[in-house]
Amino acid sequence: MRGKMYKEYLTVSNIVGPLLIVEKIQEVKYGELVEIETTDGALRRGTVLDISTEKAVVQVFEGTVGLDVDKSRVRFLGRSQQLGVSEEIIGRVFDGSGKPKDRGPQIIAQNLLDISGDPINPDARDYPQEFIQTGISSIDGMNPLVRGQKLPLFSGSGLPHARIAAQIARQAAVLGKKERFAVVFGAMGITFEEANFFIEDFRNTGALERAVLFLNLANEPPIERLATPRLALTCAEYLAFAQDMHVLVILVDMLFYAEALREISAARKEIPGRRGYPGYLYTDLASMYERAGRIKNKPGSITLIPILTMPEDDKTHPIADLTGYITEGQVMLSRELHRKGIYPPIDVLPSLSRLKDKGIGERKTREDHADVLNQLFACYARGKEARELALILGEAALSDMDKVYLKFAEIFEEEFVSQGEFESRTIIESLDIGWKLLHTIPRAELKRIRPEYLEKYYPKKE
Amino acid sequence: MREGKIIRVAGPLVVASGCMGAKMYDMVKVGELGLIGEIIELREDQAFAQVYEDTTGIGPGEPIFLTGKPLSVELGPGLVSSIYDGIQRPLDIIRVKEGDFVTRGIELPSLDREKKWKFTPLVKEGQKVEAGDFLGEVEETFLVKHRIMVPAGASGKIEKIRKGNFTVEETVVKIKASSGIKEIKMFQTWPIRKHRDVQERLMPDEPLTTGQRVLDTLFSLAKGGTACVPGPFGSGKTVVQHQLAKWSDAQIIVFVACGERGNEVADLLLSFPELEDPRTGRPLLERTVIIANTSNMPVAAREASIYTGMTIAEYFRDMGYSVALMADSTSRWAEALREISGRMEEMPGEEGFPAYLASRLAEFYERAGKVVCLGSDRRLGALSVIGAVSPPGGDLSDPVVQSTLKVVKVFWALDDRLANMRHFPAIHWLLSYSLYIENIKERLNSEIAEDFTALRQEAMLLLEEEDELKEIARLVGVESLSAKERLTLESARSIREDFLHQNAFHPQDTYTSMRKQYLMMRTILHFHHLALKALEEKRNLEDILSLEIREKISKMKFLPEEDAELLDAYVQVDEAFKEMLQSEE
Repeated sequence: MRGKMYKEYLTVSNIVGPLLIVEKIQEVKYGELVEIETTDGALRRGTVLDISTEKAVVQVFEGTVGLDVDKSRVRFLGRSQQLGVSEEIIGRVFDGSGKPKDRGPQIIAQNLLDISGDPINPDARDYPQEFIQTGISSIDGMNPLVRGQKLPLFSGSGLPHARIAAQIARQAAVLGKKERFAVVFGAMGITFEEANFFIEDFRNTGALERAVLFLNLANEPPIERLATPRLALTCAEYLAFAQDMHVLVILVDMLFYAEALREISAARKEIPGRRGYPGYLYTDLASMYERAGRIKNKPGSITLIPILTMPEDDKTHPIADLTGYITEGQVMLSRELHRKGIYPPIDVLPSLSRLKDKGIGERKTREDHADVLNQLFACYARGKEARELALILGEAALSDMDKVYLKFAEIFEEEFVSQGEFESRTIIESLDIGWKLLHTIPRAELKRIRPEYLEKYYPKKE
Repeated sequence: MREGKIIRVAGPLVVASGCMGAKMYDMVKVGELGLIGEIIELREDQAFAQVYEDTTGIGPGEPIFLTGKPLSVELGPGLVSSIYDGIQRPLDIIRVKEGDFVTRGIELPSLDREKKWKFTPLVKEGQKVEAGDFLGEVEETFLVKHRIMVPAGASGKIEKIRKGNFTVEETVVKIKASSGIKEIKMFQTWPIRKHRDVQERLMPDEPLTTGQRVLDTLFSLAKGGTACVPGPFGSGKTVVQHQLAKWSDAQIIVFVACGERGNEVADLLLSFPELEDPRTGRPLLERTVIIANTSNMPVAAREASIYTGMTIAEYFRDMGYSVALMADSTSRWAEALREISGRMEEMPGEEGFPAYLASRLAEFYERAGKVVCLGSDRRLGALSVIGAVSPPGGDLSDPVVQSTLKVVKVFWALDDRLANMRHFPAIHWLLSYSLYIENIKERLNSEIAEDFTALRQEAMLLLEEEDELKEIARLVGVESLSAKERLTLESARSIREDFLHQNAFHPQDTYTSMRKQYLMMRTILHFHHLALKALEEKRNLEDILSLEIREKISKMKFLPEEDAELLDAYVQVDEAFKEMLQSEE
């Protein structure tokens, strides 16, 4: 590919924010990859966002700092942005635009893949239903994750989402199976310290050997962030569907990704949607999130855990909101629990796993799982209601039953939700803790549990 | 085919010059790849087209082909059990031919051209027919008899009619019309943005039962009516839509997955062949057409998908069927509209949505209805439409919600507080409404039980009272309420937990017949009545509430309809109270 001759343009007319306008162009296509040579000979890359007979609008990944109008040379490369893949890719670290960052050699590509990918044919999708045991009770017991699911962590600044994500990556396993497993990690705009936390954790647990990292840190060009998650997902697709591996993709932090998108949109003077984010944010996020999943007759899978820090813990913020509409549930972290010193501070009530129903039950986890889960939810919700009431009226004003639930909410948080960062509980252990807690509630109150399970796990005292 | 030249490409929007003579909403093929698009604006000789596929790699100078025809769907045998994308390309066949990912520039007929269908004539040669009359029928699936109808403008005398196995392209009937001989094939095409004609529209007056207690008993939809289900994410919109697709007593279901999750479509595709229709025992897929344009598929095709679904639904309605169309979610459709509008640099209305959002939505929902179909037999057909809306942050002041509420008659409000408590379906009983209750009242009372609507009214009242009492209790504590008021709270709780709460994943609970719904509601209220009476006789509220029959009431939903215990529960309530009153005397 090197050495091939491309027509060079010296016709840059405007530079606006991250955008470059090139005039008098010929034979340029929408979405084409662009190379820009600065006066000092350095190369930058970009893609064509809008093209008409006379001019092309180019978005520059590395930013436009130092570019000028009269001497910048622009070359259109006749293809869209691609990632070279081969089996060697595992264990490697790349920067946010896909160049090696670990002083290792360039990947000798077996295959060049377009990073925007094609949508999976809905008819080819297999429904995810294999339970993944993360070893975390509040996830496994209450919001179980299955293979091929996309389940984001909704967090806030200062909450331990990184530790939880690392714990999941460390402990995740499918019951009773040994299979080829890989972690793909995409970092957008996070700090060196945060990124280093993951790398060290992967290194200490040996996970680094089966991981691929794409890192765009906070001090690196924001526009590059638009490509980073797509590189990670392209790599994941290759590993899952060409190499038959089970891939866990962690993307952090989606907030910075969306901010980069907003920057481009503003520079193009597009009509903004909510909070200045472009109207197509939903479609754009979906084009990434929907790449998770399973395909019929293929053994591999992509499970996606995007992490986003919600500004002011507001889950109606457009990014959290739209993410929630695309992903199959969410794991919500709570500042209140975090303040109480509970780790992991997962607030189970607003958390949700949409794919749980087919992943749990007999032969998958345990027959009573669904009922226990519903009952724990209901009891905890009622307990929290009682807690609110007690705040207003004082505990004395509560009915006896409310007091029972109030107590339940306390021990639920202390015994079920709370656990060690390196403690991996089996699903059976988690369910048994659940039953132990349910025993504090009178039997007649447990309406969400089928009589036969009640008989088995909560026999009547005679 | 005429040709223009592309002068600009911006995402899904392509502008071409040299298109004089092109008409609005004509279909175009864009670039060397021949991507399918539709003209949405004309300025002198420039045509603005929205393209239904990803435009990467397309550039100025490439040709655009003008087909001169509006974007249309193919209607004929082979629709049922199919899965199409937003512009009716068969996804199952694409998968076989192109692999697991949807690539671009695929051109395939929507209906299978090879398959032979057994055509049975319903008219004789020499007979006079008019538009809409049945010519013959094809047994498409066990559940669906596909009627071949006289297309518009082909009234006349039957010149020839054939019997036997034919492909959809073969001529089966020749009609001598005033304008000459018309050769009729088993399929016809129809532009998606134009509604199919009917003779007359009627008021919807029959309930569309869904097996969902909160919907059927409290907020019922009528056949031919319109409903919307707005709610924030995680409140269970999609489960409600799926439940409706599974259990509605419509003969044909058209499910439009518009900009939603791929795995949800996979769920439909994998579960529908296995789930049985409770009325016929046949797989549900045999009466279902699925349009799937998931969120990662091209955004312009998402805009078209609801019209594709609607046109197919209307076609089956024209056969005299009761059809139900589910669109999940219309917000994604509106966003597609907004995205295209933004690229066209149109002046935005509220929240960046185009100013014509409300009129487009109204136009869409107006295509629902109970009608007298075309044809001399004046048969009736009904098309019910249920649209999910996904307002940002669950905020009901969202323009899509507000514009929808102006046209639909039933509002099922999903509430995330209920969803957090795992009360499903999370349809809020105080916010939701149905304007069809008056229309269908008579039928409910004559077909199920004469006191059906009276019981419904009473249940609604109890729920409302509960809300007020809870407010008081919150301020001054439960203790300050009278025994009667506390009983009201308990009975309302029983209605909520034992009746309205319904588990979509429990084999018995997932579907409840109207009769069972009536039995359950009657028993719960009967308990309330007797409890009131017992209170009047100075009984202790705690004793009443600890009656064992209450546990039975709460288990009613898990019992099959014919179960003796369920039928017996009403009598048992009587006995329980009798026993209590006697034992303490």
